[in-house]
Amino acid sequence: MAVKTNKVNPLLSRTMAALTPVLATLAALGVFALILMALGANPIEAYGALVEGAVGSPNAIADTLVKATPLLLIGLGICIAFRGGVTNIGGEGQLVVGAIAATLLGLKFPETPGYVIIPLALLLGFLAGAVWGGIPGILKAYFNVNEILSTIMMNQIAVQGMNFLLRGPMIDPVQLQAASRIPQTARLARAFDLPRLVPTRLHLGVLLAVIAAVLVFIFLWRTTIGYRIRAVGLNADAAKYAGINVKRYMVLSLLLSGAFGGLAGAVQVYGVTHRMFTDGSAAGFTGSAGFNGIVAALFGQLHPIGTIPAAILFGALLVGANKLQRVVQVPSALVTALNGLVVVFVVSSEIWRRHQAKQNQNVEIEESSTPEKEVTGIV
Amino acid sequence: MIADLFTANVILGILASGIRLATPYLYAAIGETFGQRSGVLNLGVDGQMLLGAFAGFYMTFQTGNPWLGLLVAILIGAVMGLAMGIITVTLHAEQGISGIGIYLFGLGMSDLLFQKTIGNVETVTGFQPVHIPVLSDLPVVGRVLFQHNILVYLAFLLVPISWFMLNKTTLGLKIRAVGENPEAADSLGVSVKGIRYFTCILGGTLSGVAGASLSIALLNVFQQNLTNGMGFIAVALVYFGGWRPLGVMIGSLLFSMVNSLQLWVQVLSIPVPSDIAVMMPYVLTILALVVAVQRVRPPTALTKPFEREG
Repeated sequence: MAVKTNKVNPLLSRTMAALTPVLATLAALGVFALILMALGANPIEAYGALVEGAVGSPNAIADTLVKATPLLLIGLGICIAFRGGVTNIGGEGQLVVGAIAATLLGLKFPETPGYVIIPLALLLGFLAGAVWGGIPGILKAYFNVNEILSTIMMNQIAVQGMNFLLRGPMIDPVQLQAASRIPQTARLARAFDLPRLVPTRLHLGVLLAVIAAVLVFIFLWRTTIGYRIRAVGLNADAAKYAGINVKRYMVLSLLLSGAFGGLAGAVQVYGVTHRMFTDGSAAGFTGSAGFNGIVAALFGQLHPIGTIPAAILFGALLVGANKLQRVVQVPSALVTALNGLVVVFVVSSEIWRRHQAKQNQNVEIEESSTPEKEVTGIV
Repeated sequence: MIADLFTANVILGILASGIRLATPYLYAAIGETFGQRSGVLNLGVDGQMLLGAFAGFYMTFQTGNPWLGLLVAILIGAVMGLAMGIITVTLHAEQGISGIGIYLFGLGMSDLLFQKTIGNVETVTGFQPVHIPVLSDLPVVGRVLFQHNILVYLAFLLVPISWFMLNKTTLGLKIRAVGENPEAADSLGVSVKGIRYFTCILGGTLSGVAGASLSIALLNVFQQNLTNGMGFIAVALVYFGGWRPLGVMIGSLLFSMVNSLQLWVQVLSIPVPSDIAVMMPYVLTILALVVAVQRVRPPTALTKPFEREG
C-alpha cells in the first residue's frame, strides 16, 4: 500500500488552486485598465462605478443576483457537459428554444392558474433545451460530428426560428395592429410572474437555480449515472473497457447540458422579461448568457457549487457595466471584451495549476516507490 | 414569382454575388485550415475577423485609402494570431475555450472601439470592382467571374497557393507533420512550437483580411457584430472541406451560393419567410458535416498541446 503524504499541505495547495483563477482575473482587469486608459477613461473611476453599480444598493444586489441566474443555470449545464468530456457552445440556442417553449405555453393558456402553468413552463423549457442539446449529442456520438460546430449551428437555427416566430406567428396582436410591428410577443399573464422574494426584482428563479446547483452536484458525484458521465469524460477508452456505453452517456451529457440552458430560458421569461423580443441577434434576447455561462462554469472549476459564486461575480460585472457606461461614458460592450480577456487569462493560468499538481504527484511518487503500487481501475 | 428565380439575369446575379460572398469565408477558412493542419483549433476566428473588419474600416474611413485599411487589418489580425499562439502553444490553454475567449474579446472590443471612435452609421469607399480587360466583356462568364473587387480575386488565388504550400513545400510538410505526429516531427528537428506559432499568426492575418473583405470591400460599413458568426461557419467549412484548400473552397462556394439564393429570394419577395431562408445555410452545414466527417479524419494532434517529455 502506497501511503500518500504530500509535502505540500493539501489545504494550502487546494487554496492555491482556487486562487489561480482569481489571480488570473486580477491580471485581466489589470490589462483591461490599460485599455481603458488608452480610451481616455480613468480605470479607477471606471472600476469604482462598476462595483458601485453592482453592489452599491439592495436593488443593485438584487439585480446582480437576477443577472447571475441564467449564467448559473447555463453554467450547471456546462459543468455536466465538460465533466462528460463534451463541449457545449450551444447555450445561446438552448436558452432561446427553452424560452420559446415556455412562452408558447403561457400564451396558449392565459386563464389557467399560475401554480399549474409555471411548473409546466419550466419543465417544458427544460425539455426543449434537452432536445436542442440532444441533437448535437446524437450527431457527435453516432455520426462523429464535432459538437462544438453543431452546437454553434444549432444556435443560429434557434435564433432564426425565434426571429421567424416573433415576427409572425407569435407576434403581439397589439404590434400586429401597429405600424411599427416590433418583433415581440404579448406580455404573459401577470399570474405567471415568478413570485418576488423581497420587494426588489429578486424572483423565485434565483432560489431555484441555487437548488439546481446542489442537485447537479449530487447527481454528478453521488449517483451512478453521474459517476459514469464523469468516467466517460475522464477517459472514454477506460470507461468503454469498463462496460460503460460511452455513446449513450455522451448523448446524455449534451442532452442534460442543453436542458439547463432551456430551463435558463424559461426562468428568464417567467422571472424577468415576461415576454420574448428580438433584435435579430441571439444576444438581443439572451444578453450572451449562453457564452457568459461557460465563463462562469470554468471559473467555478466546472464544479456546480463553485459555479454559484462565479455566476454572481459575472452577474455583478454585467450589472455594474450599465452604471459604468453612464458614469465614464464607456460603451457597455466593454464587458463583453472584459469577459473575453478573463476567459483567456483563466484558461491560460491552468498551466500553473497543472504544474503544481504535477509537482505534488512527483512528491507522491518519490515517497511511495514501494513496488506494490496500487492500481485502481474504473469499476 | 418563383419563375422569376429562373431568368438568366437572376441566375447570373445569384452566381456573381455568391462568388463575392464566398470571399470572407475563404480567407478565414483557409487560415483556419493551416492552423488545424498543424494541430491548433482556433475558435476565435470570428473575433479576429471583427477586429480586422473594424481596423480596416477605421483606417479607410480616416484616410480614404482601402489599401491602408487592408494593411492595418492584416497587422491587427497578426497580433490576434500571435495572442492565440501564446495562449495555446506556450501556455497550453484548452483551445476551444480560449477561442471563445478571443471571440468574446473581439466582439466586445470591436464594438467598443467603434462606438468610441466613429459611433454612428458611416460608409466608406472601399475596394471597387476591377473589370479584368477582355475577360470581363465575355458573355455570361464575364459578369459572374471577372467583375469583382481585388480581394475576391486574391481569395480565389489563395486556394492554389495554399494547396501548393501545404503539399509541395518543406514548410507544408512540416505543418502536416506537426499536426499528425508532433513527437516524430520534434525528433527530426522540426520546431513544433515555431510551426504552430507560424500557423496561428497566418490564420489570424487571414481572419483579419476576411473581416476587412466585409467592411471595406463587400459591405463598406461597420456595425456591432458585423460578421454575425461567419467565423464560426468558416471553422465548420474546414471540417466540411476535409482540411484541404480545394474542399474548403467548394464548401465556401456552396454555402455562399445558398446564402446568395436566399438574399435573392428576399429581393424578389418570394413568399418564403426570410428568417427561415436565413436558417437554411446552417441546417445545410450540419447535414454537410454529417456527410463530410464520415469521409475524412481530422489531423491526429488537433487540439493537443505539445510538450517535450522529460
